[in-house]
Amino acid sequence: MSQATQNALRANRRTASYRKWKRVLRNWQLYVFLIPTILYFLVFRYYPMYGLQIAFRNYKASKGIWGSQWVGFKNFQRFFATADFWQLLENTLAISVGNLLISFPVPIILALLLNQLPSKKYKKVVQTVIYAPHFISTVVMVGIIFLFFSPSSGIINHIIVALGGQPIHFMAEADMFRPLYIGSDIWQGAGWGSILYLAALASINPELHEAAVVDGANKFQRVLHIDIPGILPTVVIMFILNSGKVMAVGFEKAYLMQTSLNISTSEIIATYVYKRGLLNSQFSFSAAVGMFESVINLVLLVTVNFISRKVSDSSLF
Amino acid sequence: MKAENKISLSRADRLFDIFNYTILTIVLLIVAYPLYFIVIASVSDPIAVYAGKVMFWPSSFTWEGYQRILEYESFFTGYRNTLIYTVIGTLVNVVITIPGAYALSRKDLVGRNVMMMMVTFTMIFNGGLIPTYLLVLKLNLYNSMWALILPVAVSAWNLIVARTFFQQTIPDELLEAATLDGCSNFQFFMQVVLPLSKSIVAVMVLFYAVNHWNGYFNALIYLKSPDKYPLQLVLRNILFENSLGDMVEDASTLAAQQRMGDLIKYGVIMASSLPLLILYPFLQRYFIQGVMIGAVKG
Repeated sequence: MSQATQNALRANRRTASYRKWKRVLRNWQLYVFLIPTILYFLVFRYYPMYGLQIAFRNYKASKGIWGSQWVGFKNFQRFFATADFWQLLENTLAISVGNLLISFPVPIILALLLNQLPSKKYKKVVQTVIYAPHFISTVVMVGIIFLFFSPSSGIINHIIVALGGQPIHFMAEADMFRPLYIGSDIWQGAGWGSILYLAALASINPELHEAAVVDGANKFQRVLHIDIPGILPTVVIMFILNSGKVMAVGFEKAYLMQTSLNISTSEIIATYVYKRGLLNSQFSFSAAVGMFESVINLVLLVTVNFISRKVSDSSLF
Repeated sequence: MKAENKISLSRADRLFDIFNYTILTIVLLIVAYPLYFIVIASVSDPIAVYAGKVMFWPSSFTWEGYQRILEYESFFTGYRNTLIYTVIGTLVNVVITIPGAYALSRKDLVGRNVMMMMVTFTMIFNGGLIPTYLLVLKLNLYNSMWALILPVAVSAWNLIVARTFFQQTIPDELLEAATLDGCSNFQFFMQVVLPLSKSIVAVMVLFYAVNHWNGYFNALIYLKSPDKYPLQLVLRNILFENSLGDMVEDASTLAAQQRMGDLIKYGVIMASSLPLLILYPFLQRYFIQGVMIGAVKG
């Protein structure tokens, strides 16, 4: 490279970085807009990740996070060795995999049906009603479950008895926890979940349907060959997102639904972390348990995303 | 098109429609009936509810459940606290999220990609409960209202939704023209962007407010004094801990107490959920708009 070219390149680079700084300066007010957001993410999102190192220490409140002794993977090993480990893993996975296999398709089917409903007015009524449970809080949702499934006064048992059956003490049966958890999730969330797929269906080119009608395709065939392929990318993306949450079964609902009699199925990782960590103050141990959960989620998300990119071209990143 | 459809509506199509109406009507009933049942159970004599006589219509109509709730002070303290937390919390959320999201939507912002990656990463990985809890203790937020507000001051998802909105609705030409007129970024945001963005502000207010109204986990772990408890925590105590105490103690037998307890439970479910359930149909389009912008990004 000649001397002249090198000089030109250097000058070019200098002006590029000069222009960049000029852009930063000109937009200084935009950075002011961002100060609270950045501060929030650094303090409340990234600092806790840094604080996760207590999972590798033996945390003592008197010594603080940084003064406590390093213990390597001891907390993790202790967790894997506890009698609870496999039970917790099974309970957590049963709910999330159940949700992924049973709950996941429901909003898709609802959206496909709603989209084909001839009466727009009735469609609106159905939508308004089925979205509503989304706004019920978890506390109230679980309260409703307890009232409805109560052995003596619940309406469900009244129906069972009226049909000639024996009343079931739902909240005291370990076997009933998972169906109740997943069933109530569907009741509360399936309607709301269909909004996304309705949006995807609305963006399908109507000419496709018109052409299919000319070709003599009936509604069912059009749903099968136009609607479903049309929303498939959205379905795949949602599936990836959900598989990244397989271990992250929410604390709130499971904790509220727990009774001393169903604990063998209702104790999940999140409730275990809460009890061990905050109620028993075993901070390092439960931070390790929590970290185990998040790392598995991250790995699953990345893996499913990778597979999906290879197989279907739809991916998050 | 419509007329044509009618003529060519084949047997298969008609069958499909009948099937569709049937399924969706069943779905409608499955969702609506429990909500309706709570309404009628909250105003029926609990003896009738226990006997399974309340199915489609209230039986031996009574306001007693609601009357007892009116006398229950914690319920009102909870209601008041939740109102305060929701208003202040949502205000903090929106004041931080909207300008931040606007700045991140600007293509000429140096460092934008790095910041977006930083935000997105928090959606797939986080420090978890324990480190966050220790942080809240360290910041002296324990047992303070701010423990319910600051740790959830920005939602990464909402930030991305708002940013996507700005990218889609504020044309670059508008900014160019304003800059030529000597308009600063701040003036442009206040005078041009905000008036064009009322709907995204509404979406953000609603999304954040619902979370504050319905949240109980942060209150459970960060609040100690019962007089600071938000509605959901008070509700939890009423619905699960059977801490009804003097609300039912005048009833003669345990069974009567339990019946009265159930009546009160149906009543508090109504009293706490009704504001949202009544408001929501009127605000439905904003909620849906928010979900749809999120879907574009999805």
